[in-house]
Amino acid sequence: MSDQTYLSLENLSLAYGKTTAVKDLNLTIRKGELLALLGPSGCGKTTTMRAIAGLMNPVGGKIVLDGRDITHVPANKREIGLVFQSYALFPHLTVFENVAFGLRMKGVQGNELRQKVEAGLKSVGLLSFAERKATDLSGGQQQRVSLARSMVVQPKLLMLDEPLSNLDARLRLDMRSELQRLQKETGMTMIFVTHDQVEALALADKIVVMRNGAIEQIGTPEDIYNRPATDFVADFVGFENIFKLRDGKLIADGKEFALGAECPNAPGLAWRPGMVTLGEGPFSGTVLGVSFAGNIRGYVLDTPLGPIRAEVDAARPAYTLGEQVAFDLPVASAAPLHRVG
Amino acid sequence: MIRRLFTPLTLFLMMLFLIGPFLIIVAASFSAGETLAFPPQGFSFRWIIKVFTIESFRQSFGVSMFLAIGGTLAALILGIPASYAMSRYRLPFAETVRFLVSMPIIVPGIIVGLALLRYFVIPVGMSVTLALFVAHTALILPYAVRVVSASLANLRADIEEAAVILGSSRLGAFFRVVLPNIRGGILSAFILGFVTSFNQVPVSLFLSGPGVRTLPIDMLGYMENVFDPSIAALSSLLAFLSIGIVFAAERFLGFSRYV
Ligand SMILES: Nc1ncnc2c1ncn2[C@@H]1O[C@H](COP(=O)(O)OP(=O)(O)O)[C@@H](O)[C@H]1O
Ligand SMILES: [Mg+2]
Repeated sequence: MSDQTYLSLENLSLAYGKTTAVKDLNLTIRKGELLALLGPSGCGKTTTMRAIAGLMNPVGGKIVLDGRDITHVPANKREIGLVFQSYALFPHLTVFENVAFGLRMKGVQGNELRQKVEAGLKSVGLLSFAERKATDLSGGQQQRVSLARSMVVQPKLLMLDEPLSNLDARLRLDMRSELQRLQKETGMTMIFVTHDQVEALALADKIVVMRNGAIEQIGTPEDIYNRPATDFVADFVGFENIFKLRDGKLIADGKEFALGAECPNAPGLAWRPGMVTLGEGPFSGTVLGVSFAGNIRGYVLDTPLGPIRAEVDAARPAYTLGEQVAFDLPVASAAPLHRVG
Repeated sequence: MIRRLFTPLTLFLMMLFLIGPFLIIVAASFSAGETLAFPPQGFSFRWIIKVFTIESFRQSFGVSMFLAIGGTLAALILGIPASYAMSRYRLPFAETVRFLVSMPIIVPGIIVGLALLRYFVIPVGMSVTLALFVAHTALILPYAVRVVSASLANLRADIEEAAVILGSSRLGAFFRVVLPNIRGGILSAFILGFVTSFNQVPVSLFLSGPGVRTLPIDMLGYMENVFDPSIAALSSLLAFLSIGIVFAAERFLGFSRYV
């Protein structure tokens, strides 16, 4: 991984007709980095990828790859790989010919072609399927063919659209480690799209959280998980108790609540359920719901602050429905938000 | 009881009316007698053999083949890009184009033939062969557009984008991944167009000139003058040719999926 910017998007704006899908996106990626575009469905992840690949013309802004402005370079000259969410294999061709397609376009022939295709198929464990019809394979296998097809041409950048979301739970874990391995082995710069924060946190070197066509936060998985910048990101990564802050007091239900300690100067604070202290503290609430989840027990409390979600060690004695419980929102563990709403 | 017999009986009568005459024609073509009659007198191949010796049949068969193959190819050359454009892009006049393209099915063929004769052949001096060619192409075009559109609708658009990203031009992607994937539809359209053109009577009725007439028109003319079993023999041969083509198409291409 070098320190130099490899891909940069500068004020990139994208639209479908008159509807804006992405506005003023700014983003940089270094060589060899594995970047995740994370966000709920419809936030513009696929659109952004299509624009980087050249399948869509930006209405504004610039795309620079490896020091060259490629904003107006046609898609077939960009040398960027894209693994479609639908895999988009060529139904009339065998697995071998699918993988060979891009190499043939580059004029690779004969023995060299065979070797490269076979190496590609081997790296995804599908060498023995070379002569099958591509669309006769299972979903997971099709995806690996699609991956091999994109990788054998050694693109400058490889993008994957929701590579894990069409797979069942087992395959998803396999594919996750496979992607990680391939990226390590090839040192390829990769962008992958996901709406699943767990996947993004597990795989990426850097995460870009998107919302409504704009970037909400960019950071390492640790940044995103521990230091969400906005209430949207906080909610997305599991901070279920989020409050506005004014003059050092929590705002809930239009009322102000003083916290036990000195508040940081931030517009909001957020707590994961596990950060809420139960059994002592300045606040109190009624137990509305209890759920047992193995080593922890989750509670929903009805409080003057609104519903509070808490999780405690399941070994502790359980509170029962309707019971009054004292609780605290410790300022020390809270994540300060830079923007709320 | 009567109700239970009704359905099979209707079916039987329908088959009798549809297939009966055809069987009679087939039987009559093997007659050894001099006139077209049923039951046939004796058994021989003489009329089947005679068909191949009649010069005007040979000529009009050539014309019909030329029209069926040439007209269908022309209709496909026009129809494939049109279907592609209508399926992949939101064109401003797509509906109008679709309507115009299906006009030849809606307008009675005899009017198409008359119009071409009245406004092109007579005043402009367009050759009869060209007029026939234009008429048959126009007639086949709706089938070509329909069948090709149907197979394009079953083809994902993103495979073209995949091809482009892998280095192919847009046009190259059309030839490399679109055409190969709709070849079944194209072959089906070809067969449908071929058979439609070959069996076409009304459009061709007005469009015949010295030495230029299609086979069905020629057969009509022949029957008005000569009443021997050769016409039955030719009809049987054509029917078996059509059946053979459609059967082969179904067997190897799954023809009925596209029509
Ligand atoms: N072909 C299209 N035509 C019009 N609007 C579209 C099209 N594709 C996507 N959009 C809109 O653009 C926005 C972003 O979509 P997309 O990039 O597909 O989101 P994501 O991949 O994050 O789920 C959505 O609001 C979606 O409705
Ligand atoms: Mg998407």
